[in-house]
Amino acid sequence: MALGEKSFFAPFSILANLFRRPATICYPKHDLNVHGKPGPSLIYRGMHANDLAACLGCGNCSRVCPTAAITMTPDPEAPADPAKTDQRPVIDYGRCCFCAFCVDSCPSKSLQMSRRYIYTQPSLKEDPLEAVTWKRETFTLRPDHRNSEDPGWVQTDHTSWLDLKRQGMTQAEPEQRVSGFLEIVHGFSREAALREAARCIECGICTATCPAHMAIPEYIRAIYDDRLDESVRIMYETNPLPAVCGRVCTHKCETVCALSHRGEAVAIRWLKRYALDHLPQDERVKAAVGLKTGTAAPKKVAVIGSGPAGLAAAYYLAGMGHAVTVLERMPKAGGTMRYGIPAYRLPDEVLDAEIAAIEAMGVTFRMGVSVGPDVSFNDLKASHDAVIVGIGLFDGRTTRMTGWEAPGVYRAIELLRRHRVGEEIPVDKKIVVVGGGNVAMDIARTLARLQKLRHGKVDLLVTCLESRHEMPADEEEIEEAQEEGIVMEPSWAPQAVEFDGEGRISGLSVCRCDRVFDESGRFDPRLSPQITSCYAGTQIVEAIGQSANWSFLTPEQQTALGIARGRAPALATGLPGVFVAGDILHGPDIIHAVADGHEAARAVDALLADR
Amino acid sequence: MYLPDGYTTLEKLREAGEYADYDLFFGPNHPGMHGNFGYVLTMIGTEIVRVRPNAGMLHRGFEKSMENKAWAANVSLIPRVCVPDPDPNEVAYCQAVEKLLGCEVPIRGRWMRSITLELSRLGSLYMGMGGLAGALGHYSTMYLMMIERDLILDRFEALTGARVYHIYNVPGGVRNDAPEGWFDSVSSLLDHLEAQMPEYDRLLYENHVVWDRLQGLAPITAEEAMASGVTGPALRATGVKADIRVDAPYAAYPEIQVDIPTSGGGDALARAVQVRLDFAESLRVLRRLLARIPEGPVHADLGNLAKLKVPAGDAYSKVESSKGEFGYYVVSDGGEKPYRVSVRGPSLPAGLYLCHKHLPGMKIDDVAAWMMSFAICPPDIDR
Repeated sequence: MALGEKSFFAPFSILANLFRRPATICYPKHDLNVHGKPGPSLIYRGMHANDLAACLGCGNCSRVCPTAAITMTPDPEAPADPAKTDQRPVIDYGRCCFCAFCVDSCPSKSLQMSRRYIYTQPSLKEDPLEAVTWKRETFTLRPDHRNSEDPGWVQTDHTSWLDLKRQGMTQAEPEQRVSGFLEIVHGFSREAALREAARCIECGICTATCPAHMAIPEYIRAIYDDRLDESVRIMYETNPLPAVCGRVCTHKCETVCALSHRGEAVAIRWLKRYALDHLPQDERVKAAVGLKTGTAAPKKVAVIGSGPAGLAAAYYLAGMGHAVTVLERMPKAGGTMRYGIPAYRLPDEVLDAEIAAIEAMGVTFRMGVSVGPDVSFNDLKASHDAVIVGIGLFDGRTTRMTGWEAPGVYRAIELLRRHRVGEEIPVDKKIVVVGGGNVAMDIARTLARLQKLRHGKVDLLVTCLESRHEMPADEEEIEEAQEEGIVMEPSWAPQAVEFDGEGRISGLSVCRCDRVFDESGRFDPRLSPQITSCYAGTQIVEAIGQSANWSFLTPEQQTALGIARGRAPALATGLPGVFVAGDILHGPDIIHAVADGHEAARAVDALLADR
Repeated sequence: MYLPDGYTTLEKLREAGEYADYDLFFGPNHPGMHGNFGYVLTMIGTEIVRVRPNAGMLHRGFEKSMENKAWAANVSLIPRVCVPDPDPNEVAYCQAVEKLLGCEVPIRGRWMRSITLELSRLGSLYMGMGGLAGALGHYSTMYLMMIERDLILDRFEALTGARVYHIYNVPGGVRNDAPEGWFDSVSSLLDHLEAQMPEYDRLLYENHVVWDRLQGLAPITAEEAMASGVTGPALRATGVKADIRVDAPYAAYPEIQVDIPTSGGGDALARAVQVRLDFAESLRVLRRLLARIPEGPVHADLGNLAKLKVPAGDAYSKVESSKGEFGYYVVSDGGEKPYRVSVRGPSLPAGLYLCHKHLPGMKIDDVAAWMMSFAICPPDIDR
């Protein structure tokens, strides 16, 4: 660069630029095609589009939005779906900064941006300024499908802000775990738990689904903030058995988790377990007892059964200030949790710690007391202001197939109970288990361990009516059982117990089951009797369901209670002051039982407050 | 008639009560001013006697706002600190956060950062050179340079989905990889820009008016520049070889050769020439970057970005922007939002300090050219 004499015509060289192609939009004569398609970039961050049917209504866009431009409002046309809310985003374009963070953090990928960026004026051609009312509503709209035909910035797996992969959980190896009853799952480390807690987008769809409506996002948030005491306190507000549920809950919350649509659900259950495992017992008791409110008019309440429903009811009633006595016929409290669920899933010491916290709330336990033989139901009713029945389903059902009464054919729930009491239960070298639910898995895996300990090898087969994908047991239970050497033979209907010439059990004959449920989902099995098979085994265990034992009630009382098909219809019964809760009401499920227990406690309190 | 240094006829007249001085507000009303900043100039005739910087209409509260937004969400706000050259802000902030996190950005992510930083530099330098031309009355040159800048913005639009506020960086790397054919389009753009430069040289740098207006205007020495905190091209124009890309390399620069050209002289012309040298060097750096683009992911896995927590502590990170050092000092208390973010903008030393030295005695016509020669962008003075 230097200054020198220039030609007189030099300035005119600029005229060459008159013939250059325009680089910017020259509206409306020239339609730029810079990006291979007329208009802006193919990933342009323009106006939003939202697939309202796919949108979960989780509100993550609204929480992430740096300019607070997005609000969630109810959409009357949102489909009814337990995995979704009826809320859909509304965007104030007066605030939106078009950063697309909302798009990148949308769990359903329903929210995206388009290549359109004209909204504030109805038309550029006609009356650009007239007929526009400059109000907030002018810029606020609910994005829908309208812009989706011209997509701009959309979320890809690379741009996603979500952490779709769950933190790995360390478990004992199959070989190691089948040789004993030590707990399989090791639990999260602090580091893994914090990372897992960060995955939660705090939408609360899980809370709506959880039978006990646990404040899941809130306790996960407390875990993320490293405030375990606060986290456990929040849990106790709705569930006095958090450590149990942190291990064996059926986790309906995880099934609806917003992240599960595209990735893995947040490990809600393991996070709960982490909080309890890492909080010292005295602090847990402090958190549990800290919720005590008391009442002006304390009353006496008896709770029959110390399973999850009974314990929950007792804990909350004691918290309200009532004098609660729990009667349990077994030597220790816990019900199915102690005498049904194997120790490798739920160790005794976890349950003991749980019950200690409930006891600290002021609940009195009377162990080894059987209502009926030891104390009559009528006496109990007379000496207490209210009675809650939470006896659970403690009797095993049978298929009533030919030969079911023979020695060597057992009910799973009874074997499990005998094993958990400490009895030596019969374990043959070759066993057939009938049933496809969690109890079938529990007994099969328990017997497999005992086989390994006594005979050195696992030889156990599980057969059930349901096809493999219909089996009601948790998927991980089935997979783990298979890893431990248990053989699954689904879609077979048990027909008869087979005997050898000397009258000993030799196996189980079965026939093909084509379907279990009819079109409307009712139980209506269709069999093909011509397709048969026979499984060899000298011990047969039936795990096809449980029933309640109502023998402590007179037939009149049973009628008054309204017990039909082993289940009662509602919490408050036809007997004044008598409430039922738990498995007898909703079938086998701990978290349902806890929810029942809590509700029963509230119902009892409301009833007694009126007296 | 004898007049002491810096003592004009009008001043003499004023002392005699025969002429009045007046305050002139040189603010957003003037096309040579950028942002809602202003200088209140006390004038005698067309000559400045005193200057009072007035940021009254500028303050946008960036730093305070950042304390109320999640770590990653702040990136949507940060490019607004400097509109013509936004990317250095994003990178400096993200690097400071990454320092606290102890997080390593994947090599391709660092490369993408360097490429976008250089593109942003080119775009900003066009605005600087064009702005200088505009301030000197050469509006055609300015418009032509804006065309080239628009072509750069096209590449940004294809890469990030936005032309000006790219919001391309996040803690851990950049948000997305380049679309297919993007590197080639950048490469062909560089060819075009290089081919255009002789014309701009002719229009701007081989122009008597430009030389006459800028030569000797507002000179500073190297010592003065360093004492007042001037960085970037204005510092290099005094002959000091200083460039953060070389002195404290970040992103892809540790692996890429960067030379530091210096013009020397220290006056407004030297600064204008320095910008032109920086431009040429930036083109060369970009070519080197494009010649070997590493494969791999473009960002590190930090989990759910919306709930990112940053360990307690403080970190400072600096980036060489087209105007000088952009630095972000970030303090974390271990939470999900910054405890404090402080921005060090390159415009402050000249915009607030040197104006007191340079503007008195200057004609009103030269103020815009003076601002452009120091690349003063007031929004980074008052964040």
